[in-house]
Amino acid sequence: MKGSRDRLTAVLMLTPSLILVGIFVYGFIARTFYTSLTNWGSDPAQALARNPVLRFVGFSNYRELFTGFIDVRFRQDLVNTFFFTLFFLLGCLLIGLTLAILLDQDIRGEGVFRTIFLFPMSLSFIVTGTVWRWLLQPRGGVNVLPTLVGAEPLEFRWLTSRNQVWQFNWQDLPVYTGALVAVVLAWLLLSAWRQRRRGRVVAALVSLLFILGWTVGGTPGIELLPYPETHGFNLAFIGIIAAAVWQMSGYTMALYLAGLRGIPVELREAAQVDGASGLQVYRYVVLPLLQPITLSAMIILGHISLKIFDLIFAMAGADNATTDVPALLMYLTTFRGNQFAKGAAIAVVLLLMVAAVIVPYLWSSLKSEVRR
Amino acid sequence: MTRRRGRLAWLPYLFLTAAALLFLVPVYLVVITSFKDPATINLATTWQVPERWYWQSFREAWQLLAPKLLNSATLTVFATVLSAMMGSMNGYVLSKWRFRGANILFPLMLFGMFIPYQSILIPLFQFLRDLNLYGGIPGLILVHVVYGLPITTLIFRNYYAEIPDEMVEASKIDGASFFGIYRHLIFPLSLPGFVVVIIWQFTQIWNEFLFAVTLTKVESQPITVALAQLAGGEAVKWNLPMAGAILAALPTLLVYILLGRYFIRGLLAGSVKG
Repeated sequence: MKGSRDRLTAVLMLTPSLILVGIFVYGFIARTFYTSLTNWGSDPAQALARNPVLRFVGFSNYRELFTGFIDVRFRQDLVNTFFFTLFFLLGCLLIGLTLAILLDQDIRGEGVFRTIFLFPMSLSFIVTGTVWRWLLQPRGGVNVLPTLVGAEPLEFRWLTSRNQVWQFNWQDLPVYTGALVAVVLAWLLLSAWRQRRRGRVVAALVSLLFILGWTVGGTPGIELLPYPETHGFNLAFIGIIAAAVWQMSGYTMALYLAGLRGIPVELREAAQVDGASGLQVYRYVVLPLLQPITLSAMIILGHISLKIFDLIFAMAGADNATTDVPALLMYLTTFRGNQFAKGAAIAVVLLLMVAAVIVPYLWSSLKSEVRR
Repeated sequence: MTRRRGRLAWLPYLFLTAAALLFLVPVYLVVITSFKDPATINLATTWQVPERWYWQSFREAWQLLAPKLLNSATLTVFATVLSAMMGSMNGYVLSKWRFRGANILFPLMLFGMFIPYQSILIPLFQFLRDLNLYGGIPGLILVHVVYGLPITTLIFRNYYAEIPDEMVEASKIDGASFFGIYRHLIFPLSLPGFVVVIIWQFTQIWNEFLFAVTLTKVESQPITVALAQLAGGEAVKWNLPMAGAILAALPTLLVYILLGRYFIRGLLAGSVKG
């Protein structure tokens, strides 16, 4: 039958792409994972051999990364990524939302403003990094701005500062995690209570008590490190966060603006007829409707910030320890240090972090499509 | 639209203008620095407009970077066109010839556009070396085509979903084949889709850095790597990197300014669900 032959052609036309993606994405990820379980690179004589003799060492590369004395840098990198992601997201969401709401006020010349806020998106992170590096020179750029009005220049060393704030002991991480889980459970408990769902109240209460007991009891069963180790927020990241927000907040603005334009005019008018003021319309009608957009933006920006590499490379250099992140460390470990197995292990950790953000997102958006 | 009361109508303009000026501060700094005579660049006069406009930096930067710009142009053109064509065909199959298992294969494919490329970099490096493609532009083109497939497929699939299935069914009844429908119905309607995809891929590939820095040799370096090296040294004269940054930014910036509407559509397609 002719129809079934066409159907076969269709599948055949898709096949090359499927094979390519299958090899280049899934095959290579599997290979990277396998590499991370070997000792490739620990013997310098074998590291650069074309067909190195590899020994299977199980998860020892991962163990070193998370508990090894030498790999303290990796753990600080995870902390750096956490703080970078936090402030980058906050900055982009707040600035993006503010700009979108301002532009939503029937502004003349809206197109010009939009173009200005969004143009950094079209630049390479390398261009942005180069420019901001000049802007943040310790004795120039932003630091000499106060002298234009006769004040003293700033002294802050934007990209090389060694100052660290919000220091904490890595060993205390389980306690913080426990506290965080407890807060989430408490919130679940409260909402279950309000909805009068007895089963959920009991379940949440039991888990909450268990977690609280475990946390207060000194988190028995988990010891991350045998010795205390201090980590914190490196102030050298402030400039990098500013540059990243400069580049990406226009993107959240565009997302929010598209969302605002999608809200039916009747809905807002109805609220105004009911006597809501301009601010109240936003508080009770517009912002709740924008929530799904905030979630998408958080996921897209979040996965970008976990992967951030080029911007820091261009601003602070690849081997500036205070502004390091796992994506950079992987590059250094693998391509400068020839520690291929260790680099692969860092890459797998990075992949898992990104997947934790992206997979649920893909899952939910495609599920809702099937339902549609 | 919320109409502002007349008295406060200027308020949003005040904030927006202030924000726009802030966004343009880096641009101001780049432009004035790139036009300064290197002898007159010092940190104290960072913010002052050059006394004499000096064009030499651009000539120097151009001489230094022209081969790298050409590398980027070759890479970008070939990879963009190839990935757009394959994406168009994939989108056509996935939207008009749905088959069993497509609902699983498509998300698996999409996942490929979100992964940190560090997680495939070591095998990719080995693979290209074994095929003798490491270090050259053809290898880099292959890489960008493959990792561009998820996004180009996604954009075309969503774009073709807007074409009514009835039109495809009608063509089938008229006896049109798989390729006939593509050539006479789908492809002629595809121009806006191609514009969005080409702009998106062009910007992505031109701006890309990780593959560029790990998979090329000096003579095949794209512009981003060359710029990072130009600005990376310690005692740099800043007029040259700034002129280089402008040269590196111009192609994507021009595309954005001239075709911004399509650029934004690509931007939203990458995030708004399929």
